[in-house]
Amino acid sequence: MNDHFSEIVLSVKNVTKKIGRKWIIHDVTFDVRKGEIFGFLGPNGAGKTTTIRMLVDLIKPTSGTIKVCGYDVNRQQEQALRHIGSIVENPEMYSFLTGWENLEHFARMQPGIDRQRIAEVVDIVRLERRIHDKVSTYSLGMRQRLGIAQALLGRPKLLILDEPTNGLDPKGIKEMRHFIQQLAEEGLAVFVSSHLLSEIQLLCDRVAIISGGRVLAVGEVDALISGSNDYVVWELKPAAQGKRILSGLEYCDIVEEPESVLDDNLLAGMSAEAIVTCISPEHTFRAVERLVASGVEVREVHRMNPTLEQLFLQMTEGESLE
Amino acid sequence: MSNLVPLIQNECLKIMKRKRFYVVLLVLLVLVPMFTYAQMKAAERSQEKFNSDWRLELQQRITDNENSLSSDRVPDEWKRYRQIFIQQMQYYLEHDVNPNHPNGVTFTREFLNNAISLFIPLLIMAIASDIVSGERTSGTIKMLLTRPVKRWKVLLSKLVALLMFVSLIVLSTFIIAYLISGLAFGYKGFDIPVFTGFRIVGSEVDMTGVHAVPQWMYLLMQGGLVWFVGICVAMLAFMVSVLVRSTAASIVIMMAALIAGNILTNMASAWSSAKYLFMVNLNLTDYLAGNLPPIEGMSLNFSLAVLAVWAVCAVIVSFSVFTRRDILN
Repeated sequence: MNDHFSEIVLSVKNVTKKIGRKWIIHDVTFDVRKGEIFGFLGPNGAGKTTTIRMLVDLIKPTSGTIKVCGYDVNRQQEQALRHIGSIVENPEMYSFLTGWENLEHFARMQPGIDRQRIAEVVDIVRLERRIHDKVSTYSLGMRQRLGIAQALLGRPKLLILDEPTNGLDPKGIKEMRHFIQQLAEEGLAVFVSSHLLSEIQLLCDRVAIISGGRVLAVGEVDALISGSNDYVVWELKPAAQGKRILSGLEYCDIVEEPESVLDDNLLAGMSAEAIVTCISPEHTFRAVERLVASGVEVREVHRMNPTLEQLFLQMTEGESLE
Repeated sequence: MSNLVPLIQNECLKIMKRKRFYVVLLVLLVLVPMFTYAQMKAAERSQEKFNSDWRLELQQRITDNENSLSSDRVPDEWKRYRQIFIQQMQYYLEHDVNPNHPNGVTFTREFLNNAISLFIPLLIMAIASDIVSGERTSGTIKMLLTRPVKRWKVLLSKLVALLMFVSLIVLSTFIIAYLISGLAFGYKGFDIPVFTGFRIVGSEVDMTGVHAVPQWMYLLMQGGLVWFVGICVAMLAFMVSVLVRSTAASIVIMMAALIAGNILTNMASAWSSAKYLFMVNLNLTDYLAGNLPPIEGMSLNFSLAVLAVWAVCAVIVSFSVFTRRDILN
């Protein structure tokens, strides 16, 4: 957990962006501190990539300021960008060069990066064996790793990764997560965007939730999620009797259409008999007691992770997701 | 400025590794022998016909052209062109100089006269057209512009690298043309006199300023003009490459402009304000040879000025767009 005294590396204040006649980003504000992994969570089209592009001066904000280590990204590009390593969307490298030549190319654009540093970052991302092959022969996972090597070259204080696990297999995702955590432990501030709540939960300390170009909430991941995970799945036998008892309890609501609140992953693992209820943790124990007392066999009680959509519903108080 | 050098190094490396320059050399190595062969055939034929007496041949050409002047079917503009040609050939004849002496140097001179308006610009486009748009198509522009380097420096390094390669292309065209044609015609011919300084007044040629220069010097003057055209075309292609996201579109736009220029030139147009278009001003070497300009009122200085203005505007547009634009994809 990061205390509030730790140094602010990235500060975004009242940033807006208008493209054509359309406002893409409305008043986005958040800070990222040293050593933390900051999640940027939102569905596709919420403005995540646009915001990231503004963080690295690919797009100029219409108003507001973005500061990295105290330097304004859009006014003092050279000083500010020195402290940022980034992958915006896909890690696109020159496919007609080798991995090593790519790194050399980017190293030349910044003073103070020697061969030794290049070898170091290659070592960090464990790409030694293929680094002298052409990038066109790399797999997606290797390109992703080369992208990170490129981002780390200049010893940045802030690492910006846009959907870093996109397109990776489960093993690759796990490795990537572990890797990002390691970097944060070494004092790097890491900014990660994602459209998957589970990924943010597993990876991040704090999160900003964005939808329709607005930041809905910023805070610790656990605090934002608590209160939204009131859904509990029950496997009871006999199911019909169990359901009758549960529906009789005033602190327990039966969810008739679980598809609307649970995501597909969870639904796939549920039996047809399963009952989904909305019940707080304090009341669950009493419900179990009642069921057991009535001779209902309680086979499984399972609290569910909320979906991103649910979280949005709760934050916007019923307004549907844009 | 010291950090500009590694950036230029990067850009040169990318041009080389993309093998675009090799393609240019390959095109030259394939096409120049073809032109040489064609030229050789023509030389053989005239040799048979005139028993290698070039005076006879030249006299024949003058007579042919004179005959066609009396025909009603020949348009007036062509007549003017032929009258001028006749007067020049007579000048060569009077001074006992063969204007088409077959040798490597003369071939190179003739080849460059023909290549300046389309062939060399085309070779330059092979490199210039995707120098910026290529980075956008591949997405690498994001990696390039998120470095702690100001955007104008990134663009300037690309422009400098491009101009270096333009110079290299012009130089290689000269060298390859000379070396290959020399195999067929011999490598001599540097000190043959060539007349320059013809001034065209109406349909008459003013001979007062005409003087002979050795062919090597003529070649040098020509080289300078070809290089200048190359630089201007490169800057225009550079601008298009900045403005257009797709490389294909960038090539098509420049090609269309160049070909339009060639068509307009051949129309010997009555539309006199067309002379302010850059593409009808590319035939700078014609002024050296004393050919009739495509539109009345054009002169070497005029064409140089028009090209320079276009090129400078292109560079200004490139930089102001590139440094301000949002990179949205």
